Amino acid sequence: MRTPIWQRLSRRRVLSGGIVAAGGAIVGALPNGRPAVAQPPDASHGANVATTATHASANPMITVGDVGSAKNGFDPTAMLTDWETGTVSQLPDGRTLRTFEIEGQDKEIEIASGVLFPAWTYNGRVPGPTLRATEGDHLRVVFRNRASHPHSMHFHGIHAARIDGVPGAGLIEPGQEFVYEFDALPFGCHLYHCHALPLRRHISKGMYGAFIVDPDPARHPESVAVAQSRLLGTAENKEWQELVMVMNGFDTNFDRKNETYAVNTIAHHFMKHPIRIDHDRPVRIYLVNVLEFDLINSFHLHGNFFDYYDHGTTLIPTLTTVDTVMQCQAQRGILEFTYRKHETGAYMFHAHQSEFAELGWMGMFDVVAVAS
Amino acid sequence: MIEIIRPQAQMPGAASNAQPRSYTKLLWFVLPLLALVVAAAWLVASDWLKVFDTGAPPVEKLTFERVILDGQGIHLKVRAGGSEPMMIAQVTVDEAFWSFRQEPPGPLDRMSTAWLHIPYSWVLGEKHDVGVLTKTGLTFKKEIEVAIATPQAQVGQLVPQALLGAFVGVVPVIIGMLFYPAMRSLGRQGLDFVLALTVGLLAFLFVGTLKDALAFAAQAAPAFQGTAMVLVVAAIAFLTLFVVGRRHGTPTGLTLATYIALGIGLHNLGEGLAIGAAFAAGVAGLGVFLVLGFTLHNVTEGIGIVAPLVVSRPSLPTFAGLAILAGAPAILGIWLGSLSYSPHWSALALAIGVGAILQVIVEVGAYLFRIASEGGATWLSSGTLGGLIVGFVVMYATAMLVKI
Repeated sequence: MRTPIWQRLSRRRVLSGGIVAAGGAIVGALPNGRPAVAQPPDASHGANVATTATHASANPMITVGDVGSAKNGFDPTAMLTDWETGTVSQLPDGRTLRTFEIEGQDKEIEIASGVLFPAWTYNGRVPGPTLRATEGDHLRVVFRNRASHPHSMHFHGIHAARIDGVPGAGLIEPGQEFVYEFDALPFGCHLYHCHALPLRRHISKGMYGAFIVDPDPARHPESVAVAQSRLLGTAENKEWQELVMVMNGFDTNFDRKNETYAVNTIAHHFMKHPIRIDHDRPVRIYLVNVLEFDLINSFHLHGNFFDYYDHGTTLIPTLTTVDTVMQCQAQRGILEFTYRKHETGAYMFHAHQSEFAELGWMGMFDVVAVAS
Repeated sequence: MIEIIRPQAQMPGAASNAQPRSYTKLLWFVLPLLALVVAAAWLVASDWLKVFDTGAPPVEKLTFERVILDGQGIHLKVRAGGSEPMMIAQVTVDEAFWSFRQEPPGPLDRMSTAWLHIPYSWVLGEKHDVGVLTKTGLTFKKEIEVAIATPQAQVGQLVPQALLGAFVGVVPVIIGMLFYPAMRSLGRQGLDFVLALTVGLLAFLFVGTLKDALAFAAQAAPAFQGTAMVLVVAAIAFLTLFVVGRRHGTPTGLTLATYIALGIGLHNLGEGLAIGAAFAAGVAGLGVFLVLGFTLHNVTEGIGIVAPLVVSRPSLPTFAGLAILAGAPAILGIWLGSLSYSPHWSALALAIGVGAILQVIVEVGAYLFRIASEGGATWLSSGTLGGLIVGFVVMYATAMLVKI
C-alpha cells in the first residue's frame, strides 16, 4: 500500500533525505509509479582505501619521493652524529681553546622531495653544524657573513653582552666578519641562532644549530661516571649511541604557517631511512626545538620510556620515566633510554602534535641485534 | 540589389589587371603578419627581457576543475596557469602529506591539465581539504565541502536523474501550456498581459542565468578570462540568434514560440547543471519540497512559450515539441552536472543561454509593441505593466523556494 503523497510531503517537508530520496518520491508520485529504485552510489560509507587500494607502500600518509643528499650537500641521517668540535689548541693557562669557523650563506635547499626552499644557512646546511665543546673550554667562533642579509650568531650560554649577537653586539653586514669569544658554560644541550631582526624570519629561514657542552668530570666529583658518559670520546661515552635532533619546519609560501615539519630538516626522512639502533647499547638524544610559528613541539617515543634532562644542565634527570616531552621554541634537553629489554623491530618516534607528524615530523628506530 | 550594381558598374574590365594588383593587395595583408613574426623572433632570440629578471620565483596558478570521489580515493583534475611550467611536488589531505600519482607525470605547461589520484580513505558526509605543494613552495587548496561518492555515468543512475530532470523541466512547462485554452479566451488585453508577463519572466531568467554563468566562470582557470568569455559568448549568441531569427522578418507565432522555448531550454540546462552539481558535491540535500519549488518556478515558463501562439492554432505535436525543447535540457543538465564537469564548460553553456534569453526578450518585446500599436494602444498600458510586474514577481517568489 503506497503512502499518499501529501503524507509523504508532510513527513519530508524539510530539505533532507538527499536528492536520491527525492528522485524516489517522484517515481512514486507518477501515475504508473514504478518502485523507487535509486540506491546511493557505491562507496556509501566513504572510501576505505588504506586496506584495499594501496600497493606501493603500507603507509600512504607520507611524502612522495626521496630527497637524497646530492642537491643539498647534507644528509639528515649523517647529521645525527656529525659533531663539529672545532680546531683545538692550548691556551697559555693550559685551558683548551676551540676555534670554529662558520659562514653565513644563502642556499636553496630541498626540504621534501621536489620542494625547494630559499634558505639562509650556517655553512650551507640546515640545521647548522652541531658545535660540541667541553665545559670550561674557551671558544672562539669566527663568523663570516657571505649571505645577502645581515646575520649574527646568538649563543644560548653564558657570555658577555657585547658578543650577544643582537643588533650592536655582533650582528654583521654581508661581507663582514665577527669573532664571538666566550667560555663553554654551563654544560648542557644548547643551541645557537641568528638574532637579526625580524627574528622570526631569520630563524624560520634556517639559521640555527645545536650547541652541546659536555660536562667536565673533574668538576663533578659527585657524579663522575655520569659526566664521563656524556663527555665525547671517553670509553664510557662510546657505549652510548648519541644522536642530535633539531626539530624544525618550513614555511614555503611565507604565510607564517609551516608547510613541512621534520627533525633535521627533511620531511619524513626518518620514515624512509629508519635510524639503526643497537639493541644492547643505550641511546642519548640531544633534542632541540627551533620550530617557528607553532607555539610548542614535542617528542614521543613508541613502546618505551625515557629519562629527560631539561636543557641538559643537570646530571640527574629532571623527568624520569616519560614517553612524551614538550618543548617551546629554544627549549631543549637530553633524552636517555634503552631497548635492551625489548624485542628488536621498528619503533616509531614523532611529535605528538599529530599535524606535525603527518606533515613530516615522524620517524622510525630500527632496533637490531648487533653481533659483537 | 544595390550591392550587385556597385562594384561592376564602377570597374569595368577590372578582371584584366586584377592579377598583379591582387598580389600587391595580398602582400599588404602578409606584411604586418611578417612584421609580427620578426618582432617575436627577435624578442625570443635576443632575450633582452632578461634585464627585467629580478630573480623572483615564477608566477604559479593552479585551478581545480573536477573532483571525483570513489572507492579508490580522491581524484582531482587540475589545470596549470603558471608563467613557466609548474611542478607539483607533494599533496596533502587534511594537512597530512599523502602519497599520490600524477597522470600524466612531469611538469605542467601553461593551460595543461593532469589528474592527481590520491588513495585516501575519505569519510562519507564529512569535509576534506586537499592541498598541493609545488616545487617553489606555493600551496593551492581545494575544499571538498561534503564528501560523497561521485555518481558514475551508469544506466542505473541515468534513469532516476532523467525523471528528476523531467519533473523540474518538462512537467512544469506542460502544466504551463495547459493554460493555453484559457489564454485564448482572454481577448486582446489579456494577450498583452500574458506577453508582458512573458517578458517579465524572461528578464528574471536573464538575470539568474547571467549570474550563474559568471559564478561558474569565476571557478574556471584564470586564463579562460571567465567574465569576458561569458559576456562575449552571450553577445555572439544573441546577435547570431537575432540575425537568424529575422532572416524571414520579425519572428512571430510559432517561430517566436520556438525561440522562447530554446532560450528557456538553455536556462533549464543551467538549472539542471546546478542540481546535478549539488548532487555530485553533496552540497544540497535536495528534498521533495525543493523539487516542487523548481516545478512551481518553471510552470510560468510554459505560459510564456505558448503566449505568442494564442492567435494561431498549432497542433498537439507542436506543443509537445516545444515542451521538450524547453524542458528536456534540464535532464541533460542533471546528467552532465552530476558527472562534475569542468566549470568553464558550464559557464559556456549558460552564456549561450544568456544570449538566447536576451534575444527572446527583444523579440517578444517587439511583438508586444507591434500588436499593441496595431490595436491603437501604447505598449506600456496598465495591462502590460501589470503583466511585467506579475511575471517578475511570480518568478522571484517561486525562486525563494529553490534558493538554499
